[in-house]
Amino acid sequence: MIREFRSISEVNGPLVFVEGVSDAGYGELVEFQLNGEIRHGQVLETTDRFSLVQVFEGTQGLTPKTTTARFLGRGLTFGVSEGILGRVFDGLGEPLDGKPRPFVDKYVDINGAPINPVSREYPAEFIQTGISAIDGMNTLVRGQKLPIFSGSGLPHARLAAQIASQAKVLSSEEKFAVVFAAMGITFEEANFFIQSFQKTGAIERSVLFLNLADDPTIERIATPRFALTAAEYLAFEKDMHVLAIVTDMTNYCEALREISAARREVPGRRGYPGYMYTDLASIYERAGRIKGKKGSITQIPILTMPEDDRTHPIPDLTGYITEGQIFLSRDLQHKNIYPPIDVLQSLSRLMQRGIGEGHTREDHSAVSNQLYAAYARGKEARELEIVLGEAALTDLDRLYVKFADRLESEFIAQGEDENRAIEETLAIGWRLLRMLPRSELKRIRDEYINKYLPKVES
Amino acid sequence: MHGQGYVVRVAGPLVTAKGLEKPMMYEVVRVGELKLFGEIIGIEKDLVYIQVYEDTNGLRPGETVEPTGLLLSVELGPGLTDNIFDGIQRPLERLREESGEFLARGFSVNALDRQRKWHFEPLAEVGVEVEGGSFLGEVIESSTVVHKIMVPPNVKGTLQWIAGKGEYTVEECIAKVELPDGTLQELQLMQRWPVRIPRPVKEKVFTDVPMLTGQRILDVFFPVIKGGTACVPGPFGSGKTVIQHQLAKWSDVDVVVYVGCGERGNEMTEVLIEFPELKDPRTGGPLMDRTILVANTSNMPVAAREASVFTGIAIAEYYRDMGYDVALMADSTSRWAEAMREISTRLEEMPGEEGYPAYLASRISAFYERSGFVKCLGAPERTGSVTVIGAVSPPGGDLSDPVVQATLRSVQVFWGLDQNLAFARHFPSINWLNSYSLYLDRIGEYYNKSFATDWLKKRNEAMAILQRESELLELVRLVGYDALSTEEQLFLETARSLREDFLQQDAFDDVDSYCSLKKQYVILSSILLVHEIILQRIRKGEDYASLVANPIREHISELRWLKEDEVPDWKQMQDSIVKSFSEEVKAHD
Repeated sequence: MIREFRSISEVNGPLVFVEGVSDAGYGELVEFQLNGEIRHGQVLETTDRFSLVQVFEGTQGLTPKTTTARFLGRGLTFGVSEGILGRVFDGLGEPLDGKPRPFVDKYVDINGAPINPVSREYPAEFIQTGISAIDGMNTLVRGQKLPIFSGSGLPHARLAAQIASQAKVLSSEEKFAVVFAAMGITFEEANFFIQSFQKTGAIERSVLFLNLADDPTIERIATPRFALTAAEYLAFEKDMHVLAIVTDMTNYCEALREISAARREVPGRRGYPGYMYTDLASIYERAGRIKGKKGSITQIPILTMPEDDRTHPIPDLTGYITEGQIFLSRDLQHKNIYPPIDVLQSLSRLMQRGIGEGHTREDHSAVSNQLYAAYARGKEARELEIVLGEAALTDLDRLYVKFADRLESEFIAQGEDENRAIEETLAIGWRLLRMLPRSELKRIRDEYINKYLPKVES
Repeated sequence: MHGQGYVVRVAGPLVTAKGLEKPMMYEVVRVGELKLFGEIIGIEKDLVYIQVYEDTNGLRPGETVEPTGLLLSVELGPGLTDNIFDGIQRPLERLREESGEFLARGFSVNALDRQRKWHFEPLAEVGVEVEGGSFLGEVIESSTVVHKIMVPPNVKGTLQWIAGKGEYTVEECIAKVELPDGTLQELQLMQRWPVRIPRPVKEKVFTDVPMLTGQRILDVFFPVIKGGTACVPGPFGSGKTVIQHQLAKWSDVDVVVYVGCGERGNEMTEVLIEFPELKDPRTGGPLMDRTILVANTSNMPVAAREASVFTGIAIAEYYRDMGYDVALMADSTSRWAEAMREISTRLEEMPGEEGYPAYLASRISAFYERSGFVKCLGAPERTGSVTVIGAVSPPGGDLSDPVVQATLRSVQVFWGLDQNLAFARHFPSINWLNSYSLYLDRIGEYYNKSFATDWLKKRNEAMAILQRESELLELVRLVGYDALSTEEQLFLETARSLREDFLQQDAFDDVDSYCSLKKQYVILSSILLVHEIILQRIRKGEDYASLVANPIREHISELRWLKEDEVPDWKQMQDSIVKSFSEEVKAHD
């Protein structure tokens, strides 16, 4: 089914028109041969007269007259096997570590297929990340997709690496793997992740797909799909618990916009295509658990919000698809608090079923709610204090301000290699709640207060 | 096959075909070797535009397109409840049996099980005149739903034969009707209906019956009537889906149709896990027995998302025709609108606002207009209702979004979600200052008549206190709390109590998740009575601080956590409030 054509009629940005092709499949893989170099493309639109192909490596240096387009009769696939563990690939799934290609168990379409909703198992297994702001107030569970909403200059890479090295499920020793997809990030940042995986020994159980800042832009469309194809194979056929870190989704969306613009599509908000929601969903929804399968995919996408604006289309559409978000704050960063997680703006939608008795501890939900309410009140009072001065606050409000300060410096802040057990996280929470009058603890049942509230303030 | 055509262009979910002999608008076609499901959405000379409900990867020009001669329809009959379908009504459980954990393409599975036998009880007698909607018999469909077998809407004539009591599959003939032209029409337990056409009714009627939801802020402050329309717009993380789930759980209706349109896969899983375990507050049966799920998650094909909303409402109308109260939740209509936009863009139609098609608003209003409290067709006389509640997900929470604006023009109730409330974990995070219900006066009268004579008055009192709070908070921001008079401080204190002890409701707490009308009334009245008493006494010059410290207030704040049968009735509660304040006077003396 391989057909060759030398009839490129038009080149527009990353797009190429090939005339005379009457039977190209939608999504078919195309190889372009130009002066000994091979580039790859994918059919975006097919008609009985021509095909529109996006070229992953870009069209620079492409001469229509001398370039051959070979239609390969199949879509983009990735050859999977357990041999991919410990390997580094480029953004199109070719080995980058100088070693030969791993043996192939089978070739899988990188687009995957949607999981049938009735086959899904609801994620409810608590993952202890050792980070209080996450474990205590925005709990991560196995099979969740929980992005990090960051901004340029914020330590999302450090946080993601810390999660990758500390994450564990209590009372279980199971096979795990890390799948890492880099789209357009700097060499330095990619190197940081690799170093960190090496330090913890996770590198042996990792599969890396690297498209760095100086790699072809359009390739970024394919990179996360290669990575998640690998993740699905390891999770659902090899019973591994996979943590997939996908960074940086902002670069991915920009590549999407570039293609859309080249196709002269009607732009949606800020020039991003109207189908971006659907496109992002085809990545984010490739996480979860499946009934009857041992493995799971927990996805941590990272995105940098342009101008720290959470209403920007990229974080906005992401938030509508993912099961919450970890929100990094520049204010906390300025206060020198690591990790600078703004807990009020963060959310874990799957938290409720992953905590409480049998998962973490019976009082977890109530403590978390109370910490939220008190911190929100404290921050409000703090704003008031800035406007009116401390004297204008009631005693109770002053207490709440102090509470908010301590929550930031004692609960949220912790060391980059500090791994707190969930009991420790909850204990800090109770210690802080002890500052408040008991009548303020409305969200916690008396029995828990009697059982867990420290007798003396500290 | 006769009259078939072939593909000439594929662009995502839109396929263009040529050579179809007699294409019909909205006809279902099977596309390509895989026989993907598609629907004709445009005809231009010999070109036919088809939206395909399945992934088109690998589809090529030249592959065949087979016509079916049928409009996109749903199968209506026993076996709908306690089931989950995709956007074009394929049962997902069956699909899994056929194609595994991941959705494969081109599978044709009947919506209703053809093998299963149902116990049919005839209700009609031979010789009577029947018309669309007339009851022929009934089938016990689930522990909570008695499924009425009706004559399909377009059939009218004399009943010539009806099957006896017994077990039948959905395809077996259970009745024969002689049509006016003398031909005999066979009827089955099952009928079909094209999803894009509203099922006919005798007439829509005006009503004041509320649809109770067990959610305090909704039932008291912004209620919806049976047959009404409501929308829940809000940014992500503000709790739209939790509210939709709560309504699906606790609404006092007979049947719930839940359309998960372009949302998360795990949310549908959550419903599938939770609902079978929860009890229907009206019948005590498992909630799933009255629930029909239509799931087209965000990663499932986009065109089927467009269809899923119509599939859902056609099913809802069918149960309404049996004389039932039905609630339809659509989460989220924004994803539905986006699917329309995507198809429209691929058709290269002239875009309206934000790239949405120019017909966006008319489609949205036509959808909401399929709600209503109606007199059903056929005998016996009966009424039924479809209440439609749509979630809207505006970009960045911006209410000027065209989908929100088009929706607001069509619906009567607006539950505006507020991100700041969500950040402070005040749930449900419905903003009481900008939400509204245009049914309020009607329902208020209904409550006054049938429940408590001062319902509306109390509701308005509470609302006034909350309004006052927002003004006072402005003032506090300028001059500080201590500058307020004790009377003003009391308003703030009462408003806080209203917020924390009444408006907030924990969907994840076994008890607090559902609150009966009686309990709502007791809590609200208690807060207001305490406010009134303290107000009178501080006006007489008594000490504000000691009045506010009255332990009865602590007790009121615990009411919401009490089980329904532990909640004192209002008379009792009133007595203990009055008593606790008079005791305090004694203590002072």
